[in-house]
Amino acid sequence: MNGAQDMGGQMGFGPVVAEADEPPFHAEWEKRALAVTLACGAMGHWSIDASRHARETLHPLDYLGSSYYEIWIKALEKLLASEGFVTDDELRAGRALVAPRTPNRVLHAAEVAAALARGSPSERPATQPARFAVGERVRTANEHPAGHTRVPRYARGRIGRIEQVHGAHVFPGTSAHGLGEQPQWLYTVAFDGRELWGRAADPSLTVSIDAWESTLEPVA
Amino acid sequence: MHDHHPHHPHDHDHDHHGSELSPMEARVRALESILVEKGLVEPAALDAIIDTYETKIGPRNGAKVVARAWSDAAYAQRLREDATAALAEFGFSGRQGEHMVAVFNDRDTHHMVVCTLCSCYPWPVLGLPPVWYKSAPYRSRVVIDPRGVLAEFGLQLPAGKHIRVWDSTAEIRYLVIPERPAGTDAMSEEELAELVTRDSMIGNGLPRSPERRA
Repeated sequence: MNGAQDMGGQMGFGPVVAEADEPPFHAEWEKRALAVTLACGAMGHWSIDASRHARETLHPLDYLGSSYYEIWIKALEKLLASEGFVTDDELRAGRALVAPRTPNRVLHAAEVAAALARGSPSERPATQPARFAVGERVRTANEHPAGHTRVPRYARGRIGRIEQVHGAHVFPGTSAHGLGEQPQWLYTVAFDGRELWGRAADPSLTVSIDAWESTLEPVA
Repeated sequence: MHDHHPHHPHDHDHDHHGSELSPMEARVRALESILVEKGLVEPAALDAIIDTYETKIGPRNGAKVVARAWSDAAYAQRLREDATAALAEFGFSGRQGEHMVAVFNDRDTHHMVVCTLCSCYPWPVLGLPPVWYKSAPYRSRVVIDPRGVLAEFGLQLPAGKHIRVWDSTAEIRYLVIPERPAGTDAMSEEELAELVTRDSMIGNGLPRSPERRA
């Protein structure tokens, strides 16, 4: 979706401000926000793509006015409510009011190290050969889906070159919406800066995205 | 969806009534207690997750990898060919680093990593991302004006140097292998790792020179 999350090329946000010797967290609640988000994800009821979509569907004013972990918590509350684990009344009351839905899994402390070290690989066995090869020219589809997409606006309808082929990976466009993994070949596609930003672009710039096969078209 | 929360974080400020809890502190505590009451999350598991990212996983992991790549050409080659496997030699694997690619700076090319759509970052080698990496200024600008961003980090690259920006739009995570600083021929792998900064592995900085070792 063309939401506030799709920031590449937007202007007016000001300088990048780095903090010296930055700690991993800036408040106790940030630690808990990270941990509950990961632990709830481990219940196995939504994909990382659905999490991202829950975040990007925050109202743009809310998204842009929220810190990273605030966005996570607001999205997690939405997912928990939509999956029937927590009700709006409970969030208002700050305590459990109704019996819980039984989750697929509960992450236990003894399993944390192994679960994090394993992660959630997105590569799947390929069922057909890759359509594109390294070096080939492709155009990204100029599509503006209302649902989840990982093609940023700045790189839509642009001609680039296949630089790497990564195997078949879970497709976020379906995975985010409970429509299955539907793996597709994934490619790194590199674009000349001028193709993305026009004649005033930095002539020394190349930008790549990682793009799934259905979002690419051959260029004759 | 619920509409009872005003949408800007600062809107809550008048609700404190002397409480020391910030609105987000209260909101996250409430959520956690509901989840624990319902048996959906285990508090000890939450503590273990936090401990992992506070004390076990951080940019020192990546620094060890870079130092090895500088010291051991065969390792550098393995890193180029299959970074996920090469990182696993150190035991660095898993969440937000399931599929790794290492990109090597050289005389002609400087690499930079971003996620314009969220804040994807190679956790197993760099830990959790710094605030600036997740911020709108970085995510919006690095793909269109990388030299402007670099200047804000105090880095001026030669005009002819090719800048290669990797937007992490899938589950591939990128680690920049900076160039080995001059004057480090006699240094051990451990000493070299001390020169490798987090920023040099994202691309918004360079390694420390040996005379400026912290």
